[in-house]
Amino acid sequence: MAAARVAIQHEDFDVSRELARLRESDHRVGAVCSFVGTVRAAGKAADPQVLDMELEHYPGMTEKAIEAMVDEAQRRFDIFAARVIHRVGLLRPGEQIVLVAVTSSHRGQGFQACEFLMDYLKTQAPFWKKERTADGERWVDARSSDDAALARWGIEAGNAG
Amino acid sequence: MKIQLRYFASVREALGRGSEQRETQAATLAQLRDELTGQGEPYAQALAPGRAVRMALDQVMVQDDAPLRDGCEVAFFPPVTGG
Repeated sequence: MAAARVAIQHEDFDVSRELARLRESDHRVGAVCSFVGTVRAAGKAADPQVLDMELEHYPGMTEKAIEAMVDEAQRRFDIFAARVIHRVGLLRPGEQIVLVAVTSSHRGQGFQACEFLMDYLKTQAPFWKKERTADGERWVDARSSDDAALARWGIEAGNAG
Repeated sequence: MKIQLRYFASVREALGRGSEQRETQAATLAQLRDELTGQGEPYAQALAPGRAVRMALDQVMVQDDAPLRDGCEVAFFPPVTGG
């Protein structure tokens, strides 16, 4: 039985262990591609330093939305297994937020599937970030560049816009 | 019909609550949003027509012409910012 494909959790994750588990005993695998997102200390250089960040989500919908994304990635790309972990709760600069990992025969499909999953997740998974700086708290704005990234795959995001 | 409402992030904060039950005559999400803003503050501002508010019906993102069903769960929230 393969490990669950999607996890929403407060705890940190161990990338090496996740990647090892993902390709465990599957000798078809020739490529393991992954992306790790981390908390930046500031949005832009001139922005105030982020002290910490609170990640809120919509329990139930988040898991369903990401499961649907993984199904779509499986349809579009020649990949074997996929794993998505997204953390919620209080996170500090430098901490890991998100892991997307994919196994495939060759790297091309794996890289593309990772990018597709991240583009999808950025605009379609119900997470919200609130940053705390010395100036106070603020909800992070959605970026239209993230909508544009998803549009490359022929999908209308309609999130930021 | 009776529906379950959920609010998240800045919408939740503006409304001062994360969920509520409601009796509604609205046939679509657009009509429901009008019905809510018609009650005055804090709904009028939090869900104002010009405001970027995204919607989910039974935990799937939808457009505002989506039809409501008895017992459904409707969520209002700002654009998402995960990843």
